[in-house]
Amino acid sequence: MTAEAPTKVIGKALKRREDPQLIVGQGNFLDDIKLAGMVHAVVLRSPYAHARIRSIDTSRAQAHPGVVAVFTGEDMLDINPLPCAWAAAGGRVQNNLNTPRALAVGEVHFAGDAVALVLAEDRYVARDAADLIDVDYEPLGVVVDARKAVEPGAPQLHENAPNNVIFKWDCGDAAATDAAIGSAEVVVREEIINQRLLPTPMETRGALARYESSTGEYTLWTTSQAPHVMRLLLTAFVFGIPEPKLRVISPNVGGGFGQKIFCYNDMAFTMWASKKIGRPVKFVEDRSENFKYSTAGRDHISDVEIAGTRDGQITGLRVQTYANLGAYISTIAPGIPTTLYGRIITGVYKIPAAYAHVTGVYTNTAMVDAYRGAGRPEASYLIERMIDRFAAEIGMDPAEVRRRNFIQPQDFPYHNGMGLLPYDSGNYEPALNRALEMVGYADFRAEQARARAEGRYLGVGLSSYVEICGVAPSAWIGLPGEGWGAGLWESANVRVHLTGQVVVTTGSLPHGQGLETTFAQLVADELGVAYENVVVEHSDTAGTPFGYGTYGSRSAAVGGTAIVKSTAKIKEKARRLAAHMLEASVDDVVFEDGKAYVRGSPDRSKSIGEIALQASVAYSLPEGMEPFLDETTYYDPPNCTFPFGTHIALVEVDGETGAVTLQRYVGVDDVGTVINPLIVDGQLHGGIAQGVAQALFERGVYDDNGQLVTGTLMDYAIPVASSLPSYELDRTVTPSPVNPMGVKGAGEAGTIGSAQAVMNAVIDALAPFGVKHLQMPATAERVWKAMHG
Amino acid sequence: MSTITVTVNGKAHTSTVEPRTLLVHYLREHLNLTGTHIGCDTSQCGACVVHVDGKSIKACTVLAVQVDGASVTTIEGLAPAGELHPLQEGFWECHGLQCGYCTPGMIMAAADLLQQNPNPSDDEVRHGLEGNLCRCTGYHNIVRAVQYAAAKMRGDEVTA
Repeated sequence: MTAEAPTKVIGKALKRREDPQLIVGQGNFLDDIKLAGMVHAVVLRSPYAHARIRSIDTSRAQAHPGVVAVFTGEDMLDINPLPCAWAAAGGRVQNNLNTPRALAVGEVHFAGDAVALVLAEDRYVARDAADLIDVDYEPLGVVVDARKAVEPGAPQLHENAPNNVIFKWDCGDAAATDAAIGSAEVVVREEIINQRLLPTPMETRGALARYESSTGEYTLWTTSQAPHVMRLLLTAFVFGIPEPKLRVISPNVGGGFGQKIFCYNDMAFTMWASKKIGRPVKFVEDRSENFKYSTAGRDHISDVEIAGTRDGQITGLRVQTYANLGAYISTIAPGIPTTLYGRIITGVYKIPAAYAHVTGVYTNTAMVDAYRGAGRPEASYLIERMIDRFAAEIGMDPAEVRRRNFIQPQDFPYHNGMGLLPYDSGNYEPALNRALEMVGYADFRAEQARARAEGRYLGVGLSSYVEICGVAPSAWIGLPGEGWGAGLWESANVRVHLTGQVVVTTGSLPHGQGLETTFAQLVADELGVAYENVVVEHSDTAGTPFGYGTYGSRSAAVGGTAIVKSTAKIKEKARRLAAHMLEASVDDVVFEDGKAYVRGSPDRSKSIGEIALQASVAYSLPEGMEPFLDETTYYDPPNCTFPFGTHIALVEVDGETGAVTLQRYVGVDDVGTVINPLIVDGQLHGGIAQGVAQALFERGVYDDNGQLVTGTLMDYAIPVASSLPSYELDRTVTPSPVNPMGVKGAGEAGTIGSAQAVMNAVIDALAPFGVKHLQMPATAERVWKAMHG
Repeated sequence: MSTITVTVNGKAHTSTVEPRTLLVHYLREHLNLTGTHIGCDTSQCGACVVHVDGKSIKACTVLAVQVDGASVTTIEGLAPAGELHPLQEGFWECHGLQCGYCTPGMIMAAADLLQQNPNPSDDEVRHGLEGNLCRCTGYHNIVRAVQYAAAKMRGDEVTA
């Protein structure tokens, strides 16, 4: 029997298989899970940004009806502080890594720091009881700004970090850059602030732990982008128990954006408390806790100098950045403003001399770690803003300056001189040209001039970006290199069951990215089976191979390649088994489109289903062949991938109020080969929205006392539908040579490309007012002040 | 404690609740209808939108005792089991959701919007959903999804 090969699905805009449960309310998010005997946990948080804890009296809370137990940090000294997994730069910062404990001991370092834990039968009761805990604090000095924190006399957070300095890190050629800037025709200097952002996944974070005394085993349900890594960190570093004693499950996760990569105190205290009281313990943040305690993103202050010639050649770039990492070190925090920022500061340009110096700083604020793009948006914003500053200075069209300095197609693989792996492939000018064409750039300047004559202020802003996806080759990013404390390979197992159903288990996992759909498309085409017959399993450390998780736009490029390599092994075994079944020589049998056949005699064939059946029932296998089609791959990529593109924003600034309206947004992205265009476009839309939001709306603000002023969604302005336009997207396709599919990654590109497009447009609109730079976000108040000097 | 009688998704429930119990907690904790989500604590995000007597409300801002005698529809009851409401279909067809956390509230808010305005412009959809936050989609495909449903409910030809 020869079945027709199923239709190819790679490149098709299949609607997602994840959706049916989510659109009818049958999702299974953390707070939807109830276990028998489960208690609710509420955390008492420090109202002070920095204080010594003199005493804690929990007696009134413990006596409150319905309260099961109350614990403080002193009770949990038998578990270790949370580990840092990325000390950066060969571990240079390991002597002062201050990481959080499950609950603070002795001192609190930011407003929201966890002080006590209340467990009760009901979440309302637990909250009532938390109010009954009496804590005697001795307030200490507070500093929230990274530049101020390193000044002499600033309040000190940790004894082992003089001047609050966590690390001083650099890359590039300092001497050559000094020389280039010293001898340049034109030098432009600017202070560039990349403000603190609050990632704001719509589902907050949390953890539910169950301990079984009979086996000594824990199960932890948690809102994690990396359950295997959580298991490793919690068992080996925090609890000191064998790894198999903990099973970690990520149920449906309601958005992550980086904030849910990390190991958090609630994972530790729910596990600890569950063992202590012998009942399951659930903790779910409310939104204000998510803002106060869970990690923030960005928060850089940079002094930047860009140098070049009057005819538009960039000759040098020097960057000095203060990166605010908050009160403690989050799981991978030091790696973000170093490897993922400094090393790609030159963007899409051939800059002969560049140098970046980064000072990582403790402040009395919530921890800062990866947020969508993680270092690359900061780099991209900085260089793209400075290119526009430079273009304005020499009176040249910003598109032309970009064109003159682009890395050229023949330059790939391209070494940027900053210690980064070579850019894999690229062709930057077609994306720029297409984006210019889509916005009608040639006509826009005339329209802008007409509008200015009428007192209307239009602006156009360009952003040509490149970013680092598919992180990362372990030999490069690991401890001897970039300081990551493990590998960054990814795993996949593919099995073809007796019924012909294909089961794929992956270490990557989706929290909105549609990976079940995308991965099934890959496997269906590779094995020549129907898409419907492929099941993708993930998110549970029981039943999936160890994997590093989903972040850094790595799931398709690294996780997807692991899958493709497993299917290749399946096909090879199927070919050998088919030769046996067909009584043909292995060398004469070809596997193609879901069947193995004898070369030259396509009617002598066996379908993958027939082969899987034989492999399973195993009556007759070739000498030495094991039963079953079951292959696992641990894939370590040889390089990262480097998506790129050009985004253009058109804005109008209201001359009376300073309000900015984003009129059009065009993005031409090159993410390599596209597996599912519906999903890729969706990723770009969401990414763009977050970058636009940084440019126009969002800013996490602390007052001088360390109080988070933007502590709720009333104060922290994530965009609503009416504040954003529809996006006009197109793409170029430059396949990556790094992996067999040619994919690059799309999860963060939109965010990395967008903030500077909008800011460049706003500042372009304000040119008649002599405005050369404006810090984000471009709120009406800030714009109005800039216009009125 | 207070005793309330509420019809939820067509089924009558008589329950004893604390007077301070929020409707969203009543639905989720007492009735195990966990499709209605909680995304904030200040009535901004709209993840908890349900219909009370046919009108959309934020279930985090209403006490359970306030719906005594009322009829509540949640995402679980928007369409008969095994069927999809045109909005649910539209969100699926148009990739109007990614993580899916805001989706139930977004769909319930959109259902009320289309009851009031069966033929909205894109701008009217965007303004009509201002009480609902989505962090994944950038709203582009949510607008398409609502227009898909609006067209289908009007009996027009639909395109994803």
